[in-house]
Amino acid sequence: MAHPWVPNSAEEVKREMMKALGIESIEELYSDIPSSVKMSPEEWDSLPVGFGRTLSEQEIRRHMDDLFAKVEELRTPPFMGGGVLPRYVPEAVRAIVTRSEFLTAYTPYQAEISQGLLQALFEYQSLMAELLEMEVVNSSMYDGSSALAEAFLMAMRVTGRKKFLVPETMNPRHRKVVETYLSAHGSVMEEVRVDRESGYLDLEDLGKKLEGAAAVYLEYPHYTGVVDVNAAAVGEMAHRAKALYVVGVEPVSMSILKPPGALGADIAVGEGQPLGLPLSYGGPYLGIFAIRWDRELVRQMPGRIVGLTTSRDGDEAFTLVLQTREQHIRRARATSNITTNEALMAIAAAAYMSLLGKEGLAELARHCWYKSHYAAKRLSEVIEAPLLKGDFVYEFVARLPKTAREVRRELLRKKGILVGIPLEGHAWFGERDLLIAVTEVHSKEDIDLLVSSVKEVL
Amino acid sequence: MFRQARWEEPLVFQLGRKGRRGFLLPRLEEEIEALVGEFRLPEALRREIGPELPSLSEVEVIRHFTRLSHMSYGVDLGPVPLGSCTMKYNPKIAMRYAFHEKLSLLHPLAEEDLLQGLLELLHRLQGWLEAITGMDACSLHPAAGSQGELAGALMIRKYHQMRGELERDEIIVPDSAHGTNPATGTMAGFKVIEVPTAEDGNIDVEAIRASVGPRTAGIMATVPSTLGLFDERALEIAEIVHKAGGLVYHDGANLNGILGRTRPGDLGADIVHLNLHKTFSSPHGGGGPGAGPVCVKDREVVGGVRLPDLLPGFRVVKEGGSYRLRVPSSSVGFLRAWFGNIAPLVWAYVYIASMGAKGLREAGEIAVLNTNYFAHLITSRSKTYSIPYGAGRPRKHEVVISAQRLQEETGVTAEDLAKGLLDAGFYAPTIYFPLIVKEALMVEFTESETKENIDAYAARLLELEEKAFERPEELKDMPKNTAKTRMDNARANHPRSVTPSWRVKVLREKGVISGL
Repeated sequence: MAHPWVPNSAEEVKREMMKALGIESIEELYSDIPSSVKMSPEEWDSLPVGFGRTLSEQEIRRHMDDLFAKVEELRTPPFMGGGVLPRYVPEAVRAIVTRSEFLTAYTPYQAEISQGLLQALFEYQSLMAELLEMEVVNSSMYDGSSALAEAFLMAMRVTGRKKFLVPETMNPRHRKVVETYLSAHGSVMEEVRVDRESGYLDLEDLGKKLEGAAAVYLEYPHYTGVVDVNAAAVGEMAHRAKALYVVGVEPVSMSILKPPGALGADIAVGEGQPLGLPLSYGGPYLGIFAIRWDRELVRQMPGRIVGLTTSRDGDEAFTLVLQTREQHIRRARATSNITTNEALMAIAAAAYMSLLGKEGLAELARHCWYKSHYAAKRLSEVIEAPLLKGDFVYEFVARLPKTAREVRRELLRKKGILVGIPLEGHAWFGERDLLIAVTEVHSKEDIDLLVSSVKEVL
Repeated sequence: MFRQARWEEPLVFQLGRKGRRGFLLPRLEEEIEALVGEFRLPEALRREIGPELPSLSEVEVIRHFTRLSHMSYGVDLGPVPLGSCTMKYNPKIAMRYAFHEKLSLLHPLAEEDLLQGLLELLHRLQGWLEAITGMDACSLHPAAGSQGELAGALMIRKYHQMRGELERDEIIVPDSAHGTNPATGTMAGFKVIEVPTAEDGNIDVEAIRASVGPRTAGIMATVPSTLGLFDERALEIAEIVHKAGGLVYHDGANLNGILGRTRPGDLGADIVHLNLHKTFSSPHGGGGPGAGPVCVKDREVVGGVRLPDLLPGFRVVKEGGSYRLRVPSSSVGFLRAWFGNIAPLVWAYVYIASMGAKGLREAGEIAVLNTNYFAHLITSRSKTYSIPYGAGRPRKHEVVISAQRLQEETGVTAEDLAKGLLDAGFYAPTIYFPLIVKEALMVEFTESETKENIDAYAARLLELEEKAFERPEELKDMPKNTAKTRMDNARANHPRSVTPSWRVKVLREKGVISGL
């Protein structure tokens, strides 16, 4: 029987094509596969793949609905961040990224017929450039962590050095990814102390370790949620030591915080998920990668870039630019092996930034600031929150009277609330420390419920 | 006749008016403000001037991006026969689940007990991919093919390190390979040794024999190759590399060409990566997201450690009736922060579940039939187009046509032909790749294309060939029916005019920045 997704599986069509080729059986097209490694159709068909037969759409739907019924819905959105944030996804963003002209397109290698896609990606780059005050943004990396790893590899190429200074409180998952990427290059990360009261990077310790560094990395905000007041000073110190300054951002808060461009960052990276992308259990996300206007940095930058040019008719037009950095041209000497990226997610972010605009993004950041501070203040009635004194926008560390894991488990079991990321084993934090995130998806009722529930389980 | 939309759509920065908004936040409760007090940030942290973003209503945003979508081209509009990209139809039913509402707030650190249905899906997908590739264990972690490759290369590296063979720092890559292979080799710290392709289209076995030695870490082979040919000596090559102490890595980008007939695991591969956004129907999204699972054989590394123990990210395992995530004991590590790209994984699951083993085999067969039918249409009717390498051999997932003779005789290039295809409402094939074919047009229809479109595509290429002899200047002027005519690439890339963002344009006009 013909399959709906395989038009030429209709017997009559297949026959016609085989006749044109002068073959009796499709098998003849596989005559070059030695029989010692060839499976018979019967052997192949009996592989444990799928459900033993072709399923209709209705059957698939029933099956998939059953599976998704086994994904629990909770009473409140999770009070969890840790490099991503729960965020409301506007329907307009969903409508735009599910436009099949975007969704089913390939990388826009043929510019003339892909102008809309190219313009959307150029707009992503441009909106991000304004948000970060950085001049060149690529059209996406896989996620925040791989963007950071690529930033370090780039810093290695630019400086010829192999040492990276990172805050001791650095996002542990990002650190793991960087370790993987650096593992083949004999380069190392060295921790810089973070002040246990404020959560700020210890500048004295940084000063001692600076010599020979390829890059200094600052999370902004820190993994702990703290926004470092010394962010500009760190950059100055890095530059005095001829190291690159790499700043890792949460994009929405850049609408109210001094952006990396104003802090003297050479490279800004970050997780773009908070720009209107679903949490989706870890992906697809959006790796932000931006640099300042500098010839050598541009030359060493990884990833695809869309640029503005003109067409032969003199119209403004868009095309992929500076491709001589990329793998399909430079092969073993490319700046990165990245090919597929997260273009659709970049379009989602562009749509989100366009919807919220200059005022909306700042309002959203302030809204989250209010709600997280409200949560911290209310929680401080029962527990120590916030533990660190530096200011924050979304996330803060709380210290509980019992172990964080236990409290968390109880809250989930008894109240159906998911709260925080236990910090045990991270930097100097202990088993009672919990990283809590609050954003616009949490209503006052949600936060009040969290507070009363914490009271109950303690 | 094809006419693409030509909206004169301004940049989003040029749209909107001050005070407009495209999104309302929920009301901030008064009690919150009352308790927290006035919004404040230390001066050192405060952004003084907000970002120069536009202010648009929702209506304007939707219209803007919808108009842009009219000036884009995807599989839902017509054939996108990009060779080695495997642009299949993306079944609509999968969309409902790939972007399921329940995923919106599903945090990557949520307790496994809360998402058993999703883990069950992922666990089953792992198993299916293992069976399809003939391998023993897959990790769904890599975000795309290039990350799957990197994982593979890092596993090769770690394999030798754990065995104490640190001198193995060379990786063999055929000259027909995708650019990602050598780029990955470098990223994984290897020296890349290129080997040539023989006239029959197979990798030059003698060259491999001459290249292997005590420094050989492994080979990165693409089977079937980028010439659309199954390497008849794949097994022999694997034996040579194994005998020299190296590992065999297969780039599975072209799996569609052997689906239903043979498997990397039967061809001597120790490691293979797949592109779910190619072979298993997940959409490409204009460049991504993808998913690049990596699969390995259960081969011993050293002292009880086996290759599956080296896999990246998490494996989904079933323990006592529930699904759990486990990090393999000697993993090469994480390539991205979390589990993997869920949307394309779910999409691929729906595709495989719908097709079943038999359906996949039939899909592979039709893809191969489509390729050979198209190749036949071209070779039987063309004066100048040729199909270099492996004369007379059946093609698999794709075919590479050379327009070298046409170029020599008329000056019309592969690029001109590509633009001529656009004008007929078709997407162009991959051009100028593989590098070993002059004026290459690399065509892959997959099983999704209709015979009618394949006929029309071939007819168009033949029409363009004829036109090249009669009025070559017309081809140089194509495309005319697309949103824009050809790009000024010199201007696009010149240090004085390169404009990678609106910000650069504005700052350059103000004289704040100069050329690169």
